[in-house]
Amino acid sequence: MNAINRTLVIAGLAVVLGGLLLSASLFTVTEMQQALVLQFGEPVRVIQTPGLKAKLPFIQNVVLLDRRILDVDPPVEQVILSDQKRLDVDAFARYRITNPLKFYQSVGSEMIVEQRLASVVNSALRRVLGNVTLLAVLSQERTKVMSDIKGEVNNEAKDFGVEIVDVRIRRADLPEETSQSIFARMRSERERDAAEARAQGQEQSQQIRSRADRERTVILAEAQRDAQKARGEGDKSALKIISDATAKDAQFYAFYRSLEAYRNALRTEDTTLVLSPNGDFFRYFGSISGGVAGQ
Amino acid sequence: MPWSNQGGGGGGGPWGPPPGGGSGGGGGGPSPWGRPPGGGGPQAPDLEDLLRKGQEKFRQMLPGGVGSGKGVGLVALALALLWLASGFYRVLPDEQGVVLRFGEWVRTEPPGLRYHWPNPVETVFTPKVTRVSRIEIGYRSGGGTTEVRRGTTTDRDVPDESLMLTGDENIIDVDFTVFWVIKDAGKYLFKVRDPEATVKKAAESAMREVIGRTELQPALTEARQQIETSTGQLLQHMLDEYQTGIQVTQVQLQKADPPAPVVDAFNDVQRARADRERLRNEAEAYRNDIIPRARGDAERLSQEAQAYREQVVSLAQGDASRYTAIYNAYTQSKEVVSRRMYLETMEQVLKGTNKVIVDTTPGAQGVIPYLQLPGLTHTTPSSTAPTISQQQRR
Repeated sequence: MNAINRTLVIAGLAVVLGGLLLSASLFTVTEMQQALVLQFGEPVRVIQTPGLKAKLPFIQNVVLLDRRILDVDPPVEQVILSDQKRLDVDAFARYRITNPLKFYQSVGSEMIVEQRLASVVNSALRRVLGNVTLLAVLSQERTKVMSDIKGEVNNEAKDFGVEIVDVRIRRADLPEETSQSIFARMRSERERDAAEARAQGQEQSQQIRSRADRERTVILAEAQRDAQKARGEGDKSALKIISDATAKDAQFYAFYRSLEAYRNALRTEDTTLVLSPNGDFFRYFGSISGGVAGQ
Repeated sequence: MPWSNQGGGGGGGPWGPPPGGGSGGGGGGPSPWGRPPGGGGPQAPDLEDLLRKGQEKFRQMLPGGVGSGKGVGLVALALALLWLASGFYRVLPDEQGVVLRFGEWVRTEPPGLRYHWPNPVETVFTPKVTRVSRIEIGYRSGGGTTEVRRGTTTDRDVPDESLMLTGDENIIDVDFTVFWVIKDAGKYLFKVRDPEATVKKAAESAMREVIGRTELQPALTEARQQIETSTGQLLQHMLDEYQTGIQVTQVQLQKADPPAPVVDAFNDVQRARADRERLRNEAEAYRNDIIPRARGDAERLSQEAQAYREQVVSLAQGDASRYTAIYNAYTQSKEVVSRRMYLETMEQVLKGTNKVIVDTTPGAQGVIPYLQLPGLTHTTPSSTAPTISQQQRR
């Protein structure tokens, strides 16, 4: 019993010691990591592939660094563009630790590198944007501006053992005061458009109405002209018909027409005629022969 | 998080007991502690602690129960089997299993029941690759639902994100949503830290770049589709550059409006345009009202004139033919016809009128000195006229 116990204890101790030794000499580096092996604080090995790795126990220790693309988000920076316009720029950068040794020696931790990169990014922003106009920042040149900034930042970032993947302007806004004046300008532009639209409405209305009035007047006048013409033609042909018929004997026509006129003119009953019995009508009034009384 | 470390969670259960049994049991079987290589850096302190506790417990158990080496061996075997069994895991239909062996990405498993070497040899991540995630920029919808809600009152505007400069130096208020899926689970997990935040920042940047190239008026109206497309393309390009393993499925503009302080002015332009239309329509209504009437009036005038023309011509023709007929008769026997015409006419004329016949022959006594001519008419209310006119009437 005692002997077994002792064996058990010894075996147990061996396992424990072995485990401790293994845990001190083996470590894993995941897909997202890279590692730096330090021997008494001095970097001796850089590991950039994932997997199970070994080191000397107790005298070496491991610093794990991120291998992924990391983010730096510097605070909003107010820059003055070359056309003296102010712009609040919120940029962000993406970087990757490419040289763990340099990184460890120069900055040591992500927190510090982020601070350093933030100031580098912002000063690069000021420098590059100071040479361009607002229009350029907004327009197609934005890509070029960003790659310029990226280049500048990258130059300095090399010293930290990091590589800048990308620098981008997330937001580029006008400061509050400027925004207000932009709003005022936009408002005035709209008011201009609104006034124009209303006036155009009046213009078109007047145009259409006056043209309509003109058209009406013209239509009526032309109709009257044509009407008078037609009446005139009627009169003309009527006269012509009459004169054609009467041309043969003007004297008879005078007689005929006179009779007709008498008949028409004197038909009313309130006409009072004062007649002389000497007229042709009364020729037989005084004598049967009809030759004596009248001439 | 869209994924959870199931391998780690599953391994945690069986992990508890082994330290006690295995180490205390001594030579018994392949203890979990023999195989794993120290369990990785961060776990080391905990392990030692557990080991000590386990040993103490085991000593307490010894006197009462399992005394023999055989028993210890059985226990150790059971624990080992448990450990091996902890390697089973499920990959759900919307997931992919990404398996890491000692931190190295070795394979990607499709959905189903899968096995991996238990912790700490292999671990597995199961990101949800088919789920469409959404990121709202410029606003936050009230509910946490994944369906699209437009203009609901629960939406909250985030002006910092939504106000941006257009190409003509105006300010526009843009709200949009980005929908994305995981295209490559490995890249998604291992290439970028916090891919979701990356999508958001990149999307903001892309949208601002696109808006910065667009003028205000088109951005508010017809260019919306194009803004969505080019933002999507630019965003995808950026995300590919970062190797995020993310596929942008859609960029949806929820709103592209003038900013609140000027929205009234913009609406007024709309109203003014409507007014313009209205005035024009009213004028056209006026025109459409009066012109046909005028045409109608013109037609009436024209018809009346034609009627007159026809009328006078017809009358003239009638008169002429009557005259011609009479004239023809007259030429047959001039004297008789003219006398007859004369007498008939006079008869007709004199029949209907009041007549006063005054003999004007020299020597005859006229009545003129005794008569006042106006009094001859029966309408004059004089004292003498009525009697005379009544006498004259027949």
